[in-house]
Amino acid sequence: MMTLSPIQLMFYLAALLAIVASLKVISGKNAVHSLLYLVVSLLAVAVCFYLMGAPFAAGLEVIVYAGAILVLFVFAIMMFGLGQDETLHAPQISSLSIWFGPSFIAIILLAQLLFVIDSGVLQGKFTSNIISAKQVGILLYGPYLLAVEIASFLLLAGLISGYHFAKPDGQDEHLHLQHPSSEEGEL
Amino acid sequence: MAFIPLSHILIFASILFVIGFVGVVVRKNTLYMLMSLEVMLNAVGIAFIGAGSAWQQADGQVMFILILTLAAAEVAVGLALLIQMQRRFKSLDIDLLSKLRG
Repeated sequence: MMTLSPIQLMFYLAALLAIVASLKVISGKNAVHSLLYLVVSLLAVAVCFYLMGAPFAAGLEVIVYAGAILVLFVFAIMMFGLGQDETLHAPQISSLSIWFGPSFIAIILLAQLLFVIDSGVLQGKFTSNIISAKQVGILLYGPYLLAVEIASFLLLAGLISGYHFAKPDGQDEHLHLQHPSSEEGEL
Repeated sequence: MAFIPLSHILIFASILFVIGFVGVVVRKNTLYMLMSLEVMLNAVGIAFIGAGSAWQQADGQVMFILILTLAAAEVAVGLALLIQMQRRFKSLDIDLLSKLRG
């Protein structure tokens, strides 16, 4: 039985936290609570990325996934107006215990982060097998340039279809009504 | 050298993928299905980054960035569709969509 290095121990701990948080995501009753666990799961995966030697991907995971995409989810849930009936029926005491789970996992992840920042030995080990953002950028704008362009097309399509689908039904008729009147104005 | 063996990373990624897949199959609420899709895409990203760090190549992170943009576009379209569905059916149950009538 080989002994585990601190990096391996931290990786397995973060992986375990990610799996537990993901299980809580798919088994949750309230959408907002599941969303909290999803944020924690993504943060745990970001810690895993950092320990795998990909700090750029870890930053992107926190900024884009946990920051942007999850905020989109929160906005959509606020538009649905879910959870109102559920919070009415739920006992008030449970609100404290609901916060306990995600914050407990997040505190463990924060402790891992502080541990890495604190110990200089670990940071010296990290610099040996790191893949820097510079290498990724050179690849991204060199051999993968076409893929980047296609991804930008995909984002544009997502933007347009998101605008189109989320539009209220009445707005199309509004445009139709305006169309003949503008023609009359030209005449 | 890589600190974490690739097989363990792949096991971790496949466990997360299976959790997400079970969520997509089991849940009836469309919002939870979208969240489970996020978990699945995340698991694929872990596999790519793990492979990239095992061979010390940056290609894995490039693929992860592409998966990130894919997830962003997918969530934007999916949530817009959910808003439309909530507006028409007053519910997010996926079974209501089985009739294919406007």
